[in-house]
Amino acid sequence: MRVGLVCPYTWEVPGGVQLHVAELAEALIGLGHDVSVITPSDDEAPLPPYAVSGGKAIPVPYNGSVARLAFGFLAAARVRRWLREGAFDIVHVHEPAAPSLSLLACWAADAPLVATFHTANPRSRAMSASAAALQTALEKISGRIAVSEAARTTLVEHLGGDAVLIPNGVPVAKYAQSEPLPGWPGRLDGRLGGAERGGVIGFLGRMDEQRKGLPVLLRAFGTLARRRPGLRLLLVGPGPSDVLAKVDKGLRERITVLGKVSEADKVRAYHSVDVFCAPNLGGESFGMVLTEAMAAGAAILASDIAAFRSVLRDGEAGELFRVGDPDALVRGAERMLDEPALRERLSAGARAAVRAYDWTTVAADVAAVYQTVLPAARPSEPGRLAPASPPGLG
Amino acid sequence: MEVFHALLGDLAIVVSVLGLFAFYISWRAGRLDRLHTRVETARAALDAALVRRSAVVLELASSGRLDPATAVLLAEAAQDARRADEPDARELAESHLSGVLRAVVEQDGFHQELTGRPGGPELYTELRMAAKQVYLARRFYNDAVALTRLARRKRLVRLLRLSGRAELPDFFEIDDEPPKMAA
Repeated sequence: MRVGLVCPYTWEVPGGVQLHVAELAEALIGLGHDVSVITPSDDEAPLPPYAVSGGKAIPVPYNGSVARLAFGFLAAARVRRWLREGAFDIVHVHEPAAPSLSLLACWAADAPLVATFHTANPRSRAMSASAAALQTALEKISGRIAVSEAARTTLVEHLGGDAVLIPNGVPVAKYAQSEPLPGWPGRLDGRLGGAERGGVIGFLGRMDEQRKGLPVLLRAFGTLARRRPGLRLLLVGPGPSDVLAKVDKGLRERITVLGKVSEADKVRAYHSVDVFCAPNLGGESFGMVLTEAMAAGAAILASDIAAFRSVLRDGEAGELFRVGDPDALVRGAERMLDEPALRERLSAGARAAVRAYDWTTVAADVAAVYQTVLPAARPSEPGRLAPASPPGLG
Repeated sequence: MEVFHALLGDLAIVVSVLGLFAFYISWRAGRLDRLHTRVETARAALDAALVRRSAVVLELASSGRLDPATAVLLAEAAQDARRADEPDARELAESHLSGVLRAVVEQDGFHQELTGRPGGPELYTELRMAAKQVYLARRFYNDAVALTRLARRKRLVRLLRLSGRAELPDFFEIDDEPPKMAA
């Protein structure tokens, strides 16, 4: 199948949507599809072989911050040319409501359209003056996908209709095998041993973001560290330099803060800990960190929030503890640190459960959506919307 | 008798000084009042210029002469500017509209593309005028505000509360840099 993927945000700036498009493209290519991606991009910046530039992204105030989008006559012309030359069976746009290439592609495409909605955007467009322009473009979409329940709810509230839920994928193979970081023992090497080898608990995520729940873990570590003189804590992720301000001075040397690390080191970090902790307080519609840790086969200890409970199959693929309760975290961690067999079981459970989130599986689900819309919207029934039809003729 | 005359003379001086002072005060109050009126007039002109700019942008967005991405971007920025009522939010929304307008209008080929379509040249001119008007109106308004605030800071004005119940006018601080446009 010839698939055209449209990314609305500039390729050079790392972001969830860009990563999703890249990984989906690679997975679809892996499944034997013919894929081309169009994305805003600086002309000099290197793009992967399957991607073409839809024009330079322009920084512009949008939704309360500055977004880098591609719009205007030139971008529209580039999209039209890409569509013409690509002769796609399916055009799959991402975030079609954003005023960028995706919306332009909806407007100009003749091929059946599939759209993926990523964000839970609280902004109501129902009464907006742009509703007409959006509506015309969005009505052409035959298959709508939401990456999370929250994104689906927003979509239904603001645009009506419905969407199928297909979560973000994880490139499981990329996470499955890796060396631990230098100086870290690596996990699952049998018993944790005596006082000098008390195990490692790991955390990954933004350290200054309240809902990631790092303070809960730090309080629990205070208790755990006093009982286990060899226990260490590994924190990975961006955040302020004073994250340890509230931690006992005596314990600080047993906590390592790595800050923001490369993708490769992130994978190694998952392989460096005995217990991986996700103490989130809520708000996480879909835990990418969790599925990555599962792909790495980490023994997971996570908050019992609905999204995590469902990803971890009610505790089969990871131990759950009461949200925001450091004592519950301590009990769970002690059990896991004391029982190598439990860690082995959770690790195996995580590796099994994460297969449902592997990009290969997810891309196959997406391809099934393509198949579904393909025959229904085959070319030119009369009355179909023509792109840019002059007024009076349309 | 002598004493009475002397007293009368002193009284005349006191009365005339008081009279002069009262006259001076009323002149000062009148000046302040004129300044307040000027602020109000300038504010009305500024509001009109801002509303006009949003209206022109919305018209352009819904004209069907732009690509939909640009249309959505413009329409949402104009809509936000028109809906914001709380002062800080309004300043932010109007600044955003200025930014969006520059990003859209200063793109290569925008002028040729828009003016090459029916009704395009008129819209282009209107847009240029509307952006310029906001720029001018805001400068005149802030100028009036600055003078008024200066006048109200004077000791006499504060002591005698010459400004009455009139609120201290606030500056309107936004990014109103008009887009670079062909004449």
